[in-house]
Amino acid sequence: MALLDVENLAVALPGPRGPLPILHGVSLRVDEGELVGIAGESGCGKSLTAQSLLGLLPPGAKVTGSARFAGTELLGLDARGWQRVRGAGIAMVFQDPTAALHPMLTVGRQLTEHMRVHLRMDRRAANRRAVELLDQVRIPDPERAVRAYPHQFSGGMRQRVAIAIALAARPRLLIADEPTTALDVTVQAGILALLDRLRAETGLAVAFITHDLGVLSSLTTRGYVFYAGRVVETGPTGALLTAPRHPYTAALLGARPHGTQAVGTLRPIPGGPPAPGEAPPGCPFQPRCGYAEPSCGTAPPPLEPVGPDRSAACVVRPHLEVLV
Amino acid sequence: MSTPETLLRIDDVEVEYRARGRGAVRAVAGVSLDVAPGQIVGLVGESGCGKSSLARVAVGLAAPSAGTIRFAGRPVTPLGWRRRADDEVGLQMVFQNPYASLNPRRTIGDQLLDGVPGQLGGAARRGRVADLLDRVGMPATAADRYPHQFSGGQRQRLAIARALAPEPRMIIADEPVTALDASSQAQVVNLLVGLVRELDMGMLFISHDLALVHEIADVTAVMYLGKIVETAPTRELWRAPRHPYTRALIDAVPQISATPTLPKPLAGEVPDPSNAPTGCRFRPRCPHAFDPCGTQPPTVDLGGRSAACWLTDPTVAPATAAAS
Ligand SMILES: Nc1ncnc2c1ncn2[C@@H]1O[C@H](COP(=O)(O)OP(=O)(O)OP(=O)(O)O)[C@@H](O)[C@H]1O
Ligand SMILES: Nc1ncnc2c1ncn2[C@@H]1O[C@H](COP(=O)(O)OP(=O)(O)OP(=O)(O)O)[C@@H](O)[C@H]1O
Ligand code: SF4
Ligand code: SF4
Ligand SMILES: [Mg+2]
Ligand SMILES: [Mg+2]
Repeated sequence: MALLDVENLAVALPGPRGPLPILHGVSLRVDEGELVGIAGESGCGKSLTAQSLLGLLPPGAKVTGSARFAGTELLGLDARGWQRVRGAGIAMVFQDPTAALHPMLTVGRQLTEHMRVHLRMDRRAANRRAVELLDQVRIPDPERAVRAYPHQFSGGMRQRVAIAIALAARPRLLIADEPTTALDVTVQAGILALLDRLRAETGLAVAFITHDLGVLSSLTTRGYVFYAGRVVETGPTGALLTAPRHPYTAALLGARPHGTQAVGTLRPIPGGPPAPGEAPPGCPFQPRCGYAEPSCGTAPPPLEPVGPDRSAACVVRPHLEVLV
Repeated sequence: MSTPETLLRIDDVEVEYRARGRGAVRAVAGVSLDVAPGQIVGLVGESGCGKSSLARVAVGLAAPSAGTIRFAGRPVTPLGWRRRADDEVGLQMVFQNPYASLNPRRTIGDQLLDGVPGQLGGAARRGRVADLLDRVGMPATAADRYPHQFSGGQRQRLAIARALAPEPRMIIADEPVTALDASSQAQVVNLLVGLVRELDMGMLFISHDLALVHEIADVTAVMYLGKIVETAPTRELWRAPRHPYTRALIDAVPQISATPTLPKPLAGEVPDPSNAPTGCRFRPRCPHAFDPCGTQPPTVDLGGRSAACWLTDPTVAPATAAAS
């Protein structure tokens, strides 16, 4: 069953010459206990999508469409409504753990405050659960860790503490925005394992935002590829990344290091994505696409079914050969 | 003494910091490494293992507490960045954060000219700047703009142009693409590799992205807690790692596959260099640790490659234990 159901989400931010459209009709779904991935180049709107689901958009943002969480419409909630959702429904982990942690408060205080406000726990119960949570995210010696300050932990541990804080109010959906991009592969592997364990043990659903397709493949079961504020391809992650149907997905895969090519021959996608408001009239990927045809220039192609639980937004749908 | 084949020779270098209240931190604990002209040496290792500390002394930004660095046969001495001898500008550095090497208040053109040696007339100077920008795939008009007017990937290319201005023979690049997405990474990395091959420069490429280093480096050195634990031609290192830490790093790289497979986490935390374990520094996290590991293993020549692990010593290693 869909826990989160986003339909046709469009967001425009105030720009120097009027509103700048950033997200153009994004639809996505996260089921209960599901690990879903969101990928795409820098600036494609991944974080903005997350922010609109938590009522964290910058002031003056214009939002249309619908986003239902467990049946409740999120868009247009008032301040109290958002607080309820953020308290016990949806929690977020940010790319930079220092943004989520207060440097002057002990880790225990930051964990229990959340529980006392949102779950109305008393101090003793909250303390007990704080220790449990730190143990769950594999912080060594959790009894001592609750009394420590954020700077006393390493980067990877701080990110795990931030996850513990996000989990404190027992959310059903965790939105993780590039939580491992700044970390080493070894530390990253620990955090991916943690999220997978939480899903298995507590039924937590996770929307994982990343630009690393290897991370997307190893953790998630379904994925969305964003380009210039649109979903251009979606499907089961394995199929999506081993047999892409959209030229952009294929190009992203091609740009990764493969270890199978001659030394020094990474294949970047030529050029860069269009700036907001400067996308061409047709397919937004057209200026960079090696498969473009005249028919690509008329209107942005809609997302259409291309297989079991798979869709792609491309009118040409070329036969794609990808080295994975 | 350096052979003609060696451009940069790092010999038994140590870097020590005296932190208030913590005593001495030995961030680099005896490292030797050579780079030849036209060669790319990759240096990988977890956050905090001492990569940047080594880079800073190798390029002459700081003095080592022990050991020597020779560039083109002459000792590198830290004289302050601005007052370096003419032959030392042949050794340049590209930093992780392009803001560290680009001044936000000055135009790109002015900053590129700082590095151009000798006195050139107005037209020749402008021509030189245009050449440098062309080298890194940027239009000549970029000269009149300021760093904030460029994207992260473009800024990193400008920082590379800045490093190329004095026509260096060797570049030390410290995590030059860590902050970029895969496509921008591929653009910048191809640029660097192309320049090394074309101009027969040497390059020390520092990164914690093993997949990327695998793609471009001729030789890879793996660093753990201030020491190099394994050095080998890149393909061989990847195919048959001889040190358990190298194996752990490779296993932690997320792979793309048709079914989600989580990368293997490495047990334990990155230790604090001010409190390094005795004996083999990897021992507390090593799945193969055995009796001899209480003594620091020597770096052993294994025929074209080397490693510092007791498992490679047939006289002490148990027959069943193997790193790979
Ligand atoms: N507060 C803001 N005001 C104006 N524009 C913004 C704001 N926040 C984001 N944008 C723009 O919206 C677009 C989408 O940004 P977003 O942060 O969602 O990208 P992203 O996909 O998360 O990228 P990254 O991978 O770099 O984090 C970008 O073009 C960005 O410049
Ligand atoms: N100026 C300093 N004073 C005291 N300690 C320092 C200083 N600079 C670095 N260190 C310590 O030295 C060790 C090595 O740091 P270094 O920056 O060289 O690591 P690194 O391998 O480059 O890590 P990263 O991948 O995070 O950049 C770390 O433990 C760090 O805390
Ligand atoms: S619609 Fe045309 S331009 Fe767009 S991705 Fe498909 S082939 Fe390329
Ligand atoms: S020397 Fe011992 S502890 Fe160190 S890496 Fe080798 S087996 Fe592991
Ligand atoms: Mg983002
Ligand atoms: Mg560093």
